[in-house]
Amino acid sequence: MSDHSFELKGSLFPLSVLYCQDLSAAAVKTQLQQKLAQAPAFFYRAPVVINVESVTQVPDFEAIAQVFKELELVLVGVCGASAELKKMAQAAGLASLQLSKSKTPAKESKEKEVKTEAAVAAPVMETKVVEQNIRSGQQIYAKGADLVIRGTVGAGAEVIADGNIHIYGTLRGKAIAGAAGDNQKRVFCHKLEAELISIAGSYWLSDSLQGEYWGKSACIGLQDDKLVLADLL
Amino acid sequence: MAKIIVVTSGKGGVGKTTSSAAIGTGIAMRGFKTVIIDFDIGLRNLDLIMGCERRVVYDFVNVINGEANLKQALIKDKRIETLFILPASQTRDKDALSKEGVERILNELAEEFDYIICDSPAGIESGAMMALYFADEAVVVTNPEVSSVRDSDRILGMLSSKSRRAEQGLPGIKEHLLLTRYNPERVVKGEMLSVEDVGEILAIKLLGVIPESQAVLNASNSGQPVILDQDSDAGQAYLDTVARLLGEDVPFRFLNVEKKGLLKRIFGG
Repeated sequence: MSDHSFELKGSLFPLSVLYCQDLSAAAVKTQLQQKLAQAPAFFYRAPVVINVESVTQVPDFEAIAQVFKELELVLVGVCGASAELKKMAQAAGLASLQLSKSKTPAKESKEKEVKTEAAVAAPVMETKVVEQNIRSGQQIYAKGADLVIRGTVGAGAEVIADGNIHIYGTLRGKAIAGAAGDNQKRVFCHKLEAELISIAGSYWLSDSLQGEYWGKSACIGLQDDKLVLADLL
Repeated sequence: MAKIIVVTSGKGGVGKTTSSAAIGTGIAMRGFKTVIIDFDIGLRNLDLIMGCERRVVYDFVNVINGEANLKQALIKDKRIETLFILPASQTRDKDALSKEGVERILNELAEEFDYIICDSPAGIESGAMMALYFADEAVVVTNPEVSSVRDSDRILGMLSSKSRRAEQGLPGIKEHLLLTRYNPERVVKGEMLSVEDVGEILAIKLLGVIPESQAVLNASNSGQPVILDQDSDAGQAYLDTVARLLGEDVPFRFLNVEKKGLLKRIFGG
């Protein structure tokens, strides 16, 4: 008999990967601070993996982990490590992650050795574009992607995306953004007449959307678990 | 090559059969060889509206099942030389239609006819799907009220995803909006959606607006397609609709409240 109260399952999550050639604690700190200043909310307690493929010096993982702690980031582990670096990372309590064989932008940075700036790679989002009206009863889901509708979403239709949703026509149906749980995602529409809008599981019915923005263009996001309507422009 | 036009709506009672009869008759009056097929198996109505109910011997299902051939089942209209009706079966249900069977009959009809009008049953079940599956064009019949508009939107979604053209990646079905039971006075009072409201929600090209009219009921009761009653507003509106369907540019009529003259006010309209 299988026991559902205890299970260990593999799963995939988006992680930010830090590519940085100079891994001295001081350099990492200044570079990260600059990056965080651009979008503090986005990176707050974000899990990060450091790519150590192209490091020139032997990094002090414990010092770096301390920097991450100070900056309210969660250092999960390293990737692309040599056997020696792996051991050191493990000693510092870090996980060693395997790089997928394709797509290693680190190789590119090897060619551009002049590049010393830290590049924090945000998770890349695909975009699904639908070039027609979404009629009542139809459902569109953009898995792991942003969704762009070049048309109107009719009453009784549903558009769902793990990313943001952009609707260039009127939104009369339901729009569900951040379906995978990301509360930073938003819904943008040219004309708001929605039945329901949901972001990362929080939702509002048309009654709570009435007011200033009803029938007008709007951008709907989540702030402190509250729905925030704002001008599109 | 025959053009297959489905008359559909999702919602029942909005005027699909009345419109199928009127449009089919109107096209035939222009000299095109036209057949109207009643897809509403089990709730056969088209033959009543066309006034040929006493002449039904074999029906659509008989032909599909090979119990009769097309020649035996087609009823030739007594008024218009080029018009034929393929009646539905009264005793069977909608599952009696198979996609292969319908396709075979449509192909056979296409060899002989210029236009094939498919009068769809209400709903979004197999019968309605069968009626729209092979269509080249669709006339979406809508009443100016919210539930009808919503159902039409649903059907438009089906047209663009469940039809043969959609499945085979061909250019989509040409969609036309036919607004029926339109009453400008009630629109002014705010009791009915306006042409603009419906047009904005459904976002398809307007083919015609048929005013709410006693003539439609009279026509149905007497088994005469209302388009033959050319003195009536509804009859004229259907004539305009057919002209537009055939590609002519005709201005819209009966959209505004008619001002009643003094005599009409005294003696009643």
